[in-house]
Amino acid sequence: MAFTITVNGKKRVADVTPDTPLLWVLRDELDLKGTKFGCGMSFCGACTVHLDGVPTRSCITPVSRVGNASVVTIEGVGDSEVGKRVKTAWLALDVMQCGYCQSGQVMAATALLTRTPKPTDQDIDEAMSGNLCRCATYTRIRAAIKQAAGLSTDDTREV
Amino acid sequence: MASLNAYDPSAGTRAGGEPIAATQLSRRAFLTTGLAAGGGLLLTLNVGCTPSASQPVSVGSNAAAELNPFITIAPDGIVTIVAKNPEIGQGMKTTLPMLIAEELDADWVNVRTREALLNPIYGDQFAGGSMSTPLNWEPMRRVGAAGRQMLIAAAAKTWEAPVAECETSQGIVRHRPSGRTLSYGALAAKAATLPAPDLPSITLKDPKDYRIIGKFTGGVDSARVLEGQPLFGIDTVLPGMLYATYEKAPVFGSRVVSANLAAVKAMPGVRDAFIVHGSDPQAVFELGLVDGVAIVADSWWQAQKALDKLQIVWDRRSTPGQSTSEFERQAAQLSRHKPQSMVRRDGDVDKAFSRAHKVLEAAYAYPFIAHVDLEPQNCTAHCKRDGSIEIWAPTQDPDRGRELVAKALGVSASRITVHMTRVGGGFGRRLQGDYVVEAAMISKLAGRPVKLLTNRRQDIQHDAYRPGGFHYFKAGLTAEGRLDAFRDHFVTFGQGNTVARSADLSAAHFPAGFVPSLEYGQSLIELGVPTGPLRNPGGNALAFAFESFIDEVAHAAGRDPLDLRLDLYGPPRVMPVPSRRGRPQPPFDTGRARGVLELVAEKSAWRNRKELPRGTGMGLAFYYSHYGYFAEVVKASVAADGTPKVHKIWAAGDVGRQIINPAGAYNQAQGAILDGLGAALHQAITIEGGRVVQENFNTFGLLRMREAPPIEVHFRITDNPPTGLGEPPLPPVLPALCNALYVATGKRVRKLPIDPKELRSA
Repeated sequence: MAFTITVNGKKRVADVTPDTPLLWVLRDELDLKGTKFGCGMSFCGACTVHLDGVPTRSCITPVSRVGNASVVTIEGVGDSEVGKRVKTAWLALDVMQCGYCQSGQVMAATALLTRTPKPTDQDIDEAMSGNLCRCATYTRIRAAIKQAAGLSTDDTREV
Repeated sequence: MASLNAYDPSAGTRAGGEPIAATQLSRRAFLTTGLAAGGGLLLTLNVGCTPSASQPVSVGSNAAAELNPFITIAPDGIVTIVAKNPEIGQGMKTTLPMLIAEELDADWVNVRTREALLNPIYGDQFAGGSMSTPLNWEPMRRVGAAGRQMLIAAAAKTWEAPVAECETSQGIVRHRPSGRTLSYGALAAKAATLPAPDLPSITLKDPKDYRIIGKFTGGVDSARVLEGQPLFGIDTVLPGMLYATYEKAPVFGSRVVSANLAAVKAMPGVRDAFIVHGSDPQAVFELGLVDGVAIVADSWWQAQKALDKLQIVWDRRSTPGQSTSEFERQAAQLSRHKPQSMVRRDGDVDKAFSRAHKVLEAAYAYPFIAHVDLEPQNCTAHCKRDGSIEIWAPTQDPDRGRELVAKALGVSASRITVHMTRVGGGFGRRLQGDYVVEAAMISKLAGRPVKLLTNRRQDIQHDAYRPGGFHYFKAGLTAEGRLDAFRDHFVTFGQGNTVARSADLSAAHFPAGFVPSLEYGQSLIELGVPTGPLRNPGGNALAFAFESFIDEVAHAAGRDPLDLRLDLYGPPRVMPVPSRRGRPQPPFDTGRARGVLELVAEKSAWRNRKELPRGTGMGLAFYYSHYGYFAEVVKASVAADGTPKVHKIWAAGDVGRQIINPAGAYNQAQGAILDGLGAALHQAITIEGGRVVQENFNTFGLLRMREAPPIEVHFRITDNPPTGLGEPPLPPVLPALCNALYVATGKRVRKLPIDPKELRSA
């Protein structure tokens, strides 16, 4: 069955069954490999994309539910001003180790900063705790979000 | 080349545990490696028989010129450097080329890096045991220096000037007297025709002249990852490729009797489904090819849908009686008897206990844990009509996979090409080759190129687990509070009389050598579950048990845990460590241990900890592993429901005289510490009926952002060869946390993972 969805501003067509998760449509039908498979059950956040700006786990989102929503992936998120700032900060602070979770992290961070331009540490905790990083680069993820927000990268949490 | 393979792959300890050679003793090995990796190659320079994708050398053309198999320079000055080891997030695709580029005197801006194919001309190609730095620090710099020398020689020849009058600076050769210059790009073709220098006699730079080593250098592929480029193994696509899933026995070692293949084949998109029989009974422990059912489909999602329908009948020859509770029962029983074997015995422990002023006993236990690389195990394989095989694998040990494929498919290793993709996390899991041999076998049987990808359940339930273990400790103190006698009855796992992989205790493990009377005994529980190295094998578990019990000793003796340790290590001196499994071990330097203990105490204000509010505690631990010395302090409290809250972590590490890439070094240390914290708080694999219970991240947890505390990492620079950082920072955080929780709550954690219920105030 053919589904037409809008991905990174372009109409794309995929001929799949309605229950096919958006993740596999992106990766294997549309050849957008930046969105990653980690758990298949929304526990890890590696597959995070934006649906109308809302961070969404594409591994449990059937393609039939996407409808007219605008899908943005790591391949397209740099087109937005916030997404570009986030990527720049990510590279400047050399956040990633293996990098596998990082597209999901960048998508979650971009959604956070779009909604909350000057996040507190608690805002960061709430927005980012659904995205696992097996290399545990959380220290630099936190710093990069602050840098992208124009805040000091110092860790000022109460100790 | 012999020294390159000084480790024993069958021992299954490449992820660590086993420092391969002493920093001092290995000096000769380093040079040999250099010769093998560079010298031998450099002699073959003009033969043009390397497997690299670079163009053959042709003087005067516009083609890039290959100075040696690691270095190719294009006429426009772009230097392409080959990274020989897998990139698993430890940064070696950046670090190894930095070493070469430094001595080549290239401008880093003009350097491009490329992952090597698996080929003996590069020497060792694995990522494990934090060995990439100690094994390559010197050889890679010599490879770069050789290239620089050839470029200088080419310039001198062009100018008909003495070599001694020429110098280099970031991609340019200058003739000092005349001021003339030539770029590396202009010289490369000529340089490639010159004889290769003698590697061991090359002079290396004075470290004060470093322009690349020691500078914060971002990962070479990071920008491409953030563009979503297909760099990882899971991203591999081949023309005509099908997608595969492979279902193995939930009870380890079971064999397939039958499966409803017809029903599965009738599912949409399924091209084939078939039973695969494993190679031999040992394969289950070696992570070779084991029995299973393969489903091959047009898409991976279709293969998963078909997997839901798959029903397999397994035989009952395996070990369905095994369970975590049964292991615990057996351990308790074994602890009441004499150990089955002795690992080490110094002095007369019984006599020492009988005269002790105070005797302390405690039982510690830790669980099996899984690796859970975030990129699930996968491999793309193409068994071709001509009998050759091409493989794309996210692997830490490409040779292991090729070896298994060669054996299982009866193909000569020389006919198997292995591409190393970027790896979405290693942690030791990808030292195994199961996913490689499975992909190759499925491609062969399906007659098509195939991408095999495990789902998360399969990934968690078919691992080489960090083995659990039980320690029954006893310590004897003198009236002055000195540790005089120490005993550990270590109940671990094995198959028959053989200790399971990564389940051993070294005779040299601390506090051996520092206590007059000491005994390490060992007993084995029969195990049907595969085990293997996980980041800092041994240390990731043993540090918790030993360093927690040492803390108990300090409290029982009324001593500051820092002072007790400093007293135990004694004055700074180098203590020889006996060779292990025939392999020489580096000496242990008590001065370096003291150095990081004192540094972390200073940075954390350890001596002022009594001023902390009630309910908040600080804990300390030290661990030496993989040549690295790390001391860590954790400050923690618990919530009303007993949930630990980590306020802050301080770490002090000593990995020698040079931090090669500070960008990677601090990241590795912080990540390893948080990895250990996650294991202490969340991780246990339990066995029931011979199978693993956990299926996903809801029941096998990783640390999350809200649990990640601030971390300070400090490096103490000492005049020792630079060593690795992937593993040494991990172990101390587990006991440091538990020791802090003891101060905070008065309750001692003796079993991992930490159970908040046990820490709740009454």
